[in-house]
Amino acid sequence: MIGLKNLSVSVSNKEIIKGVNYSFEKNKVYALMGPNGSGKSTLAYAIAGHPSYSYSKKSKIFFEKSEISKLLPDKRAKKGIFLSFQNPLSLNGVTVFQLLRLALSGIKEPLAVKKQIDVLADKLHIKKELISRSLNEGASGGEKKKLELLQAIVLDAKFIIFDEIDTGVDIDALKIIAEYMSKNRKNKTYLLITHYNRILKYVKPDKVLVMSSGKIVKVGDYKLAEEIEKNGYKSL
Amino acid sequence: MKQNDLNFDYKFGFSKPEKSVFRVKKGINEEIVSQISIRATDKAMNSWEDLPSEIKDTYDRIGVPEAEKNFLAGVSAQYESEVVYESIQKELTKQGVIFCDMDTGLKKYPEIVKKYFGTIISPYDNKFAALNSSVWSGGSFVYVPRGVKVALPLQAYFRINARNFGQFERTLIIAEPESFVHYIEGCTAPIYTTSSLHSAVVEIIVKPGARVRYTTVQNWSKNVFNLVTKRARVEKNAVMEWVDCNIGSGVTMKYPSCFLVGDGAKGEVLSIAYAGSAQHQDAGAKMIHMAPNTTSRIVSKSISGHGGRTSYRGLVQVLPGASNSKVYVSCDALILDEESRSDTYPSMKINENEVDIQHEATVEKLGEEKLFYLQSRGISKSEAEGLLVNGFIEPVVKEIPLEYSIELNRLINLEMAGSVG
Repeated sequence: MIGLKNLSVSVSNKEIIKGVNYSFEKNKVYALMGPNGSGKSTLAYAIAGHPSYSYSKKSKIFFEKSEISKLLPDKRAKKGIFLSFQNPLSLNGVTVFQLLRLALSGIKEPLAVKKQIDVLADKLHIKKELISRSLNEGASGGEKKKLELLQAIVLDAKFIIFDEIDTGVDIDALKIIAEYMSKNRKNKTYLLITHYNRILKYVKPDKVLVMSSGKIVKVGDYKLAEEIEKNGYKSL
Repeated sequence: MKQNDLNFDYKFGFSKPEKSVFRVKKGINEEIVSQISIRATDKAMNSWEDLPSEIKDTYDRIGVPEAEKNFLAGVSAQYESEVVYESIQKELTKQGVIFCDMDTGLKKYPEIVKKYFGTIISPYDNKFAALNSSVWSGGSFVYVPRGVKVALPLQAYFRINARNFGQFERTLIIAEPESFVHYIEGCTAPIYTTSSLHSAVVEIIVKPGARVRYTTVQNWSKNVFNLVTKRARVEKNAVMEWVDCNIGSGVTMKYPSCFLVGDGAKGEVLSIAYAGSAQHQDAGAKMIHMAPNTTSRIVSKSISGHGGRTSYRGLVQVLPGASNSKVYVSCDALILDEESRSDTYPSMKINENEVDIQHEATVEKLGEEKLFYLQSRGISKSEAEGLLVNGFIEPVVKEIPLEYSIELNRLINLEMAGSVG
């Protein structure tokens, strides 16, 4: 699905990701864990193609078979990569419908987009007024994350990254998000970035990756997450 | 008219040291006027081919039909919508509404014109008002009788033809008690004119309980200095709304004003300005509270990009006795890049204790993070910029009739992309 080869990323001349090699497979759920500042979010942004990052010459990112390291973020998104932000920004005067209509122009009919948004809002328990209001404006942490998930679904994303999925999210919202992911695993790959294993109680990851100082230092199954919960990162 | 000394300070308004773009000798005659208007070319534009290419390009991009192109370019005196206009006229006549050009208005209804002309903006108000008062031609005359609500907006677009794209337009609108009218001037397609100075005067009288909305979509070509004086006298429980969109011209200086003279009068200015390369949009509003329980609201949204400059210049004055007045001012500026500039000059003179004042101002840049957020949804960077800008002006755009607001959004996006001359 997504392949990372010798991925090194610098942010304002400071190397944050130091040579990561990993392949994410289809239909799987991955948890990316690690202490603060280990480079988890940077890795997510790098996959999505943050424009102000610089990559080492040997760095390569593959989507399925094609290299996407040189593609702009919107081109990567069009292929099916979706990044759910840690703190989704609020957009003045732009509704989630306007955003998605534009993102899907020429792909999906606006009316179909509108209908899908309404259906999903119902399913994900997103309040009607949040749909008609400027995106993320006056929304709680949990509501913002649910709106992110809604976008991922409408855009029919294939590789969905949730940055800090359980930070500032109430337990009800977390359950709804987790439930959706558990039920919709076919043809989708999820990468959940998290500090705690709170979400992992509701979605069982196939693989747990641990990052430290810009490298993936350990890979295991969900038991690794439990171990971290008990003993912290220091024991690794 | 009584001969006044012209060298007095403004009673209400802005004054600052003068910086002349050029000077002419004293007095006024045809030669002086044509000097002031700096004719770029004496040759009349007779055909589409004669127009500057950037204007033609813009028409092509926004998809204006050929017939309209000629009209908008100011090269055609005939326009197909005359038929539409005539049927509207019939309906208006039935209601007793007068809607014609100012020259016709003066000839046909001298008693009304004489009663109100120059009472809101006197020839002594400022030098552009003096110039306009001396040489005006074109503009609209609108009279709405007591209690009449005009259902459709009156669009100057239908009325004017090439000849009447007056350089010194003079517009007078009288709304009798309990009446309503919405007047729209301008259009979103750029209007090319060879005269570099456009100096209009607009006077509006809103009688007790009446409501007038005046919408402007200004898109002059970039050789134009657009220096306009607009003012309304708002009487008891009457409402005046200015919706002012400035996209074109090289320099615009325009501050629609409301003199709230009657108890319970309301005034509102909603404005959008976009300044691109080599443009300066100096726009704003003036609200003068002269009676108790008056309300004013100013919402200004300005965008500067490609080295353009926007200024918000606002004055709110609450005079002694205008107790229980409410004032709300909100001015937001969006700066698209490092070369562009935005300034805010809000001023408030409050001479009354019992007032409620709110003032908000924000300046923001089109943030990289917001753009990245949208890009990560599959929206290209330029589309993302457009979406954010449209969102930014949305509170004002939603007040404009749909057919204009859609074009306005598109036009601003085109301007931002730098693809319009």
